[in-house]
Amino acid sequence: MKTTVSAEVVVLLAGLLFALGIVGVIIRKNIIFMLLSVEIMLNASGLAFVAAGSRWGQPDGQVMFVFILAMAAAEVSIGLALILQIYHQHKSLDIDNLKEMNG
Amino acid sequence: MDKYLWLIPALPLGGFLILALAGKQLSRSSVAIVGAGSICLSALVTFVVGGAFLAGMPANAVYTQTLWTWFEVGAFSAKITLSLDVLSLLFIFVITFIGALIHIYSTAFMEADRDYARFFASMNLFVFSMLVLVLADNLLLMYLGWEGVGLCSYLLIGFWYEQQANGNAARKAFTVTRIGDAAMAIGLFMVFQQAGTLVMSDIGANASTIWQPNSTVVTVTALLLLAGGLGKSAQLPLQTWLPDAMAGPSPVSALIHAATMVTAGVYLVARMHAIFALSETARLVIAVIGAATLLLAGLTALTQYDIKRVLAYSTISQIGYMFLALGVGAWTAAIFHFMVHAFFKALLFLAAGTIIESLHHEHNMFKMGGLKDKMPVVFWTFLAGALSLAAVPLISAGFYSKDQILWYSWTANGGSPVLWMVALSGALITAAYTTRMMILTFWGEAHTPVGHLPGRRITMPLIVLAVFSIFAGFVELPHNFGHFTLFSDLLHPVLPETVMRAEIPSEWLFQLLAALATLGGVFLGYHYYYQQPARLESLRRNAMLASLHRFWFLGWGFDALYDRLLVKPFIFISKINKSDVTDRLYTGIAAATGEMYKLLSRTQSGSLRWYIMGLVVGAILILGIQIML
Repeated sequence: MKTTVSAEVVVLLAGLLFALGIVGVIIRKNIIFMLLSVEIMLNASGLAFVAAGSRWGQPDGQVMFVFILAMAAAEVSIGLALILQIYHQHKSLDIDNLKEMNG
Repeated sequence: MDKYLWLIPALPLGGFLILALAGKQLSRSSVAIVGAGSICLSALVTFVVGGAFLAGMPANAVYTQTLWTWFEVGAFSAKITLSLDVLSLLFIFVITFIGALIHIYSTAFMEADRDYARFFASMNLFVFSMLVLVLADNLLLMYLGWEGVGLCSYLLIGFWYEQQANGNAARKAFTVTRIGDAAMAIGLFMVFQQAGTLVMSDIGANASTIWQPNSTVVTVTALLLLAGGLGKSAQLPLQTWLPDAMAGPSPVSALIHAATMVTAGVYLVARMHAIFALSETARLVIAVIGAATLLLAGLTALTQYDIKRVLAYSTISQIGYMFLALGVGAWTAAIFHFMVHAFFKALLFLAAGTIIESLHHEHNMFKMGGLKDKMPVVFWTFLAGALSLAAVPLISAGFYSKDQILWYSWTANGGSPVLWMVALSGALITAAYTTRMMILTFWGEAHTPVGHLPGRRITMPLIVLAVFSIFAGFVELPHNFGHFTLFSDLLHPVLPETVMRAEIPSEWLFQLLAALATLGGVFLGYHYYYQQPARLESLRRNAMLASLHRFWFLGWGFDALYDRLLVKPFIFISKINKSDVTDRLYTGIAAATGEMYKLLSRTQSGSLRWYIMGLVVGAILILGIQIML
């Protein structure tokens, strides 16, 4: 039984997670679920950084992950505030209602 | 004296500039002084320079003055050079002297007109262009003058532009002469290609080495140059514009369409005689066109009732005589007839203008009459001009010049009995229509009352021109009268001697026949219009003669022919090409761009998910290309 996991497998997992996130963003109609999917993408990229750091044996990967976490938190707070405004105006959370910037 | 050559065209140009820029601000008398004064000064300079030229007779018998270089392209350089030899001297004498008289006449004639300054500005520009045309030493500068006179002719025919018909006549004149000008331009290109230079004296001197005699190239070149002359001089087939050009004021008809512009073709052929001498075909064409035109126009003049149209067709006919002379090789005879014709035709037009004005714009000769006693000065001067036109023997200048042409049309090397016969019939017809014109206008009972009589500024030029119409012929007497050939001796350095045939019949016989033709024509006119006008009525009732009369009246159907052949198809093509095919190409490109825009703007749907999908697809494509390459 293996006790260590190779970096390639982790990066593959991160890639899969990223793809799942993108698919979620495209497919979901509810804005909150789109935000959730974006979170998944962010975490996937963070996982890729950690795997890279572990592969090279340097703390830079962990440092990047902390950055990403902080940025995600800030971004989510703003995103939720915007979603609140959208709900206030359009009385629904369906993204297909927000098509005014067309032509 | 050749230092002052540039003044001759510069003075009218100065007059034009002053009147064009400041004419509206000047008073009537200032406009008259500037307008007529510039030409009078130019005439004065012409006399001085001409006198010095004839007295001194410089080397090569030519004065030249190079003003500046127009442009230089590679090996070709076009200079503004004025050159004066005897031929040009004769032309500028006619242009400035008769021009000055006509301008003085116009100061009184156009007195009541609103656009006084514009008239004199255009006339001055015309005189400038015509002087450039005859003083130019290279063909390019001559072409500049050529185009200038065409423009001024357009401006002056359509002077009273508020009537539609005048504008139509002006456009017709410009378009028809343009056809000739285009052919002439191609001829110029050919000359340059063959000779490498456009300087007329060089071309003339080296013509026999540049071109092979009677080769296709020289014939085509000569015919193209001739076409330009035919357009400007209103000969067959481009003669349709001149009768309609009578829509302009009478001074314009006198200056442009009698004395000067229409003789530009004669000048061109005489100047380029070296090229024409090399092509027998071209000379034959010139002679035949001259003969045909003089007969055609003469018969048409016999049927017209508008006095100015009679004079217009008469001009076409007389220039036909000049072309006939050029074609058979009688160069000096043609120029002699040009000079004499300028005097009497200008006189006739000016007098006709005075008559029309006094009878309150009545153009129809059949409504005139009885003016012999009412307008004596006009009668006597008109009589002098008419005697010259009809070439009444011995006492008029026209006799000497026309007799020469008739003589040479048989005896010159290029002449033939047929040409002589045509020219003789033309002389008879000329005398007939001239007599008809005189009788209808001056004799009989007055159908229209006379208004005001002309003043001194109108009668003085008429009297001066009348004197010249009688006496100008005495500079060249026929060979059997004595050996007084002042005119042709003067032109010797420039124009070659006429080559005669081997066997020459007696000149007395020819003169007698010519005199008989003239007197016969006068008698015909007298008989049918004065003695027994009732016989005219019986002729009119004959159906065949009436339709012949109608055919001649309409100018032998040329207007109708060109209308059917050229004008209608052109209008038809313009109509079907209303949504222009070539324009469609460009509007098509614009429309295609518009369609693409509509297509692409549909991708900007405003839907976030659509955009994200676009991002993703793009990213996949880029990654894929990255991996593959």
